[in-house]
Amino acid sequence: MVPKRMREVRLSRLKEEGIKAFFFTNGVLAVVVLVGIFGLLLSTAIPAFKEIPVREFLASKTWDPTSPEKAQYGILSMIVSTLMVTAGALLIAMPVGLGVASYLSDVAHWRVREVVKPIIEILAGIPSVVVGFLGIVLFGPVIAKIFHTGHGLNAANGSFLLAIMALPTIISLSEDSLNAVPLSYAEASLALGASRWQTLIRVKIPAALSGIIASFMLGMGRAIGETMTVLMATGNARSFPHGFLDSIRTMTANIAIELGEVPYHTTHYYGLFAIGLVLFILTFIVNLVADVILSKYQQREQ
Amino acid sequence: MKKKKIIQLLGFLVLRACLYTVLAIIFLFLYDIGKKGGGAVSWEFLTQPPRRGMTEGGIFPAIMGTFLVTMVTAVLAIPLGMFAAIYLNEYAKQNRLTRVIRLSIRNLSGVPSIVYGLFGVILFVNIFRFGTSILSAGMTLGLLTLPWTITASEEALKTVPNSYREGALALGATKWQAIRTNVLPYAIPGMLTGTVLGLARAAGETAPIMFTGAAFYLPSLPRSLGDQFMALPYHLYIMATQHHAIEQVRPLAYGTALVLIVLVLSINMGAIVTRYRMRRKRRW
Repeated sequence: MVPKRMREVRLSRLKEEGIKAFFFTNGVLAVVVLVGIFGLLLSTAIPAFKEIPVREFLASKTWDPTSPEKAQYGILSMIVSTLMVTAGALLIAMPVGLGVASYLSDVAHWRVREVVKPIIEILAGIPSVVVGFLGIVLFGPVIAKIFHTGHGLNAANGSFLLAIMALPTIISLSEDSLNAVPLSYAEASLALGASRWQTLIRVKIPAALSGIIASFMLGMGRAIGETMTVLMATGNARSFPHGFLDSIRTMTANIAIELGEVPYHTTHYYGLFAIGLVLFILTFIVNLVADVILSKYQQREQ
Repeated sequence: MKKKKIIQLLGFLVLRACLYTVLAIIFLFLYDIGKKGGGAVSWEFLTQPPRRGMTEGGIFPAIMGTFLVTMVTAVLAIPLGMFAAIYLNEYAKQNRLTRVIRLSIRNLSGVPSIVYGLFGVILFVNIFRFGTSILSAGMTLGLLTLPWTITASEEALKTVPNSYREGALALGATKWQAIRTNVLPYAIPGMLTGTVLGLARAAGETAPIMFTGAAFYLPSLPRSLGDQFMALPYHLYIMATQHHAIEQVRPLAYGTALVLIVLVLSINMGAIVTRYRMRRKRRW
């Protein structure tokens, strides 16, 4: 009798271990995918650097892989274009986003907040290709009319659209961190005779600053990696950008335009994956910094 | 004293202006697409294939394609997301490995969608030899949604009180028995709604499917998972930028945008309302 019971227990333990191992495998999958993306991008990008010197790749302004005389693979113009639309987007989205977040957390009636928050969620749900389409049909003509450019497909248009897309992230995270500021801070400030506005500006926003900055970083990461919106709304000119009214081509847009036409296993093909690698590393760093800021902030909260 | 009040008044006014600007833009978006798209959408538009070089007809194949590819995404992302969440919430200890897993999940959700597209081209199209197909595109989107489904599923698991687990364990249940009988039944509805939200976002993505299976135009519907497909977001991109008679097909593009937005937003709303109802109904 006893050995049978023992066998049952052992079997059941084995089953439990097996189940745990199964879930563990799934748990580690995220790490595998992340490392896999990096690894596959790297291994596909490396052949590109057999023909393109890394310095030329990062520092040359001319990307002309199909030139009959001499193919050129410099992505500086694209990097600058990406950083430019991103900076433009943040310039708009940071103050507006923080403004809306402050209004929702400190001024608005809770009923207003209940109504407004789902509406802003809607904005987060609009597919990027639709936002890009609206850039073409709605904002392009307006920009063209105001600045007397032939068409309104330029960096300004892209920045504006990316700002709108970054807003939901910035608003919801900033509002969360403003709400997380201990009530005693605001009470102390009000008790000392400060107005609600002074309390917001001098006490609450400084106290929530790390969360707010992290929300800006996450918005920035989204803007750098956004493809369809900039592909459709920024005009895609390959030249080096000199201002926000120039047509630009970002790294993401260049991959989207050229990957469909390029023959497999050419330097051009590998070069596009090298751009993808640069993009991956850039967004990885931005997101990691945001993450570090956020986790420090949460630790302090506890 | 007065000056302080005036500054506060002006300050709050600026904040309010920020909010109104954002709301105005959202309404402008929805109004423009609703009005101009509404004119193009008809029963015929929804049920007919495009005709005459996509200058007439409907978007039925694109709706079908988006539906099929989202199904593949769901089959991949729902179980993987749930299993990973079960590990993180029920089994994982607070150690370095768990921190690395969580960090990876957060970072995965920040990887640009076009990079997922590149990854899909190498892994699914080339290495696994699925070719440009519904399968490749669906799996690429599945990986893209993975971080969202894991996070959403974990949120649902967190809402189940610990006393449920402890009650089962105290009666002699093994860990898995406790999870199976006392945790999952209460968490699965929440896990599914969260996952559906992720799927709605995946259905609206364009960049990851451009090179893994979406086609410009196909004369017939896909017959198997190995075929290429038309998809709503990609169709909108084509109609808005790549078509030879862009001005002429603008109404069709507006119609496609409206259908896409209604599809994505109604799934979103449905999931949000369901979640809200579930939360209200349940008293632990």
